[in-house]
Amino acid sequence: MSKIAEAFKNGKAFIPFITCGDPDLETTAKVVREAVKNGADLVELGIPFSDPTAEGPVIQGANLRALEGGVTTDKVFDLVRGLREDVTVPMVFMTYANVVFSYGAEKFISTCKEIGIDGLILPDLPFEEKEEFLPLCRQYDVNLISLIAPTSENRIAMIAKEAEGFIYLVSSLGVTGVRSEIKTDLGSIVEVIRANTKTPVAIGFGISTPEQAKKMADISDGAIVGSAIIKILAQHGRDAAPYVGEYVKSMKDAIR
Amino acid sequence: MTNPNGRFGIHGGQYIPETLMNAVIELEEAYNKYKNDPEFQAELTELFNEYAGRPSRLYYAEKMTKDLGGAKIYLKREDLNHTGAHKINNVLGQALLAKKMGKTRLIAETGAGQHGVATATAAALFGMECVVFMGEEDTIRQALNVYRMRLLGAEVIPVKSGTRTLKDAVSEAMREWTSRISDTHYCLGSVMGPHPFPTIVRDFQAVISKEIKEQMLQKEGRLPDAVIACVGGGSNAIGTFYNFIDDKDVRLIGCEAAGRGIDTFETAATVNTGRVGIFHGMKSYFCQDEYGQIAPVYSISAGLDYPGVGPEHAYLHDIGRAEYVPVTDEEAVQAFEYLAKTEGIIPAIESAHAVAYARKLAPTMDKDKIIVITISGRGDKDCAAIARYRGEDIHE
Repeated sequence: MSKIAEAFKNGKAFIPFITCGDPDLETTAKVVREAVKNGADLVELGIPFSDPTAEGPVIQGANLRALEGGVTTDKVFDLVRGLREDVTVPMVFMTYANVVFSYGAEKFISTCKEIGIDGLILPDLPFEEKEEFLPLCRQYDVNLISLIAPTSENRIAMIAKEAEGFIYLVSSLGVTGVRSEIKTDLGSIVEVIRANTKTPVAIGFGISTPEQAKKMADISDGAIVGSAIIKILAQHGRDAAPYVGEYVKSMKDAIR
Repeated sequence: MTNPNGRFGIHGGQYIPETLMNAVIELEEAYNKYKNDPEFQAELTELFNEYAGRPSRLYYAEKMTKDLGGAKIYLKREDLNHTGAHKINNVLGQALLAKKMGKTRLIAETGAGQHGVATATAAALFGMECVVFMGEEDTIRQALNVYRMRLLGAEVIPVKSGTRTLKDAVSEAMREWTSRISDTHYCLGSVMGPHPFPTIVRDFQAVISKEIKEQMLQKEGRLPDAVIACVGGGSNAIGTFYNFIDDKDVRLIGCEAAGRGIDTFETAATVNTGRVGIFHGMKSYFCQDEYGQIAPVYSISAGLDYPGVGPEHAYLHDIGRAEYVPVTDEEAVQAFEYLAKTEGIIPAIESAHAVAYARKLAPTMDKDKIIVITISGRGDKDCAAIARYRGEDIHE
């Protein structure tokens, strides 16, 4: 069984997203540990990309700050090696296809296995292109996470049937970012997913408040939060860890 | 030339967010339905001929030919099309397709502004809403085109992310498309992005080489020895090449923007300096660093200032069918001035890259050889920027 399944064993999962190296890698390490201490069930680590086309302005800014600070894929791998000395919850990378491809897919994915990364989320790798990396992901036991969107409709069953680790259900049209309201009929999408797979479903995009997280977790297996955490980092910089910890606790308490 | 999954050799594909998958599938189905539909083709031909002014002229550049003393030079005058560039060919095709699909809103990216102007024009003609994304840097370089788009009723959104040029305009248009799909068609301006765009745009631009072939057979009774076009994303170049791909004796030459030189970091010559990657929906060549971060490219030409190249060009390069040569800012500016003085034709600075290479190539060829240069657009929009390059400050 995938290690990611463990994240869904403590009630509903809370999944924070953190861009590695925003504002620096030492801060990222502190923030991750604080998030885990306060109830994060799975951590999504972003490897920054110069042109993150699925991101809204908040996470775009984090990518830019991280790259300006000199973060590279190799430095992110070192960060994870350090974290794995004490962090035991599942961790996955979120980045773009070119970061994996350009590093050398096999070198990248085998390193994931070696350092203890359990999954890979690539927003620009849809179902039709997953053969690009899936054979290597299977070989090295790294789950390639599938995304399902409000526009997936007739594709939901096809994607769900082959999903591994967990399914990332995109709550809304558009890019990542805080939203005041989520209008998509997610309940009916989750129903189709459930009819086709036992793989857990977590909902992301636009979630920032404990109320929203609870609402999303109620109809699925967990909530993913990115931009709201990046905003805390942007506000508090190197001192952000305790604030992120406090925020994670409030979110986990709301959905538990 | 295209495999069913939109591959050109290893290049192409559909590397886009799941949110957009049904939109590109819907587009592909609509395109397959209409591309061989006589009624659709008749409507498009009518638009090409009566509205855009096709066929464009194939002009014998006699003075240039004599001056260079080698191959006979013809100019394919896409600059004479309505809106002043080849971009209108693709836009009329896509706008008509969008209309058939029931879309009421067009969005587009633009670099130099030519594609934005063409899209705004088609939107006005078809009574559609239009939003154009343009790098903030380019809105300054091409202020006149910003005004033209607004005059045509389009909203122009200056893009402030990244390098604030064409690449960022594409990213922003993609982001916009993911947020509003049901009534919106993304009118992509070049032979790039996810399948089916590289195929659709190529098919609409292929009218260029179809006409060159007919006109050349009529004027010279034979095919040219070389066809030359500038390459950014590569739409006028693929349009110029396409109907000659199977004519192995016709050299296909694409001119990339070398900026300050391919040995500097200030270049946009993707095939010459990039390597294979995955970006903006496609696998192709990209200018990037060792970790796959997309490089901030540079060219004096806002239309060629892009870190990637269309997947079919990447493939034609891989199999050795087409050649891709670098042309610097300085060479392009000299060619811009040369064509103005020699033939009384002011080419777009993009097209001037093709003219520049022809100036080097023609003298090396015998007088019985023939070269066709595609003048993809007119250069009025560039006059202020070239004047500035030469140290003259003009106010438009």
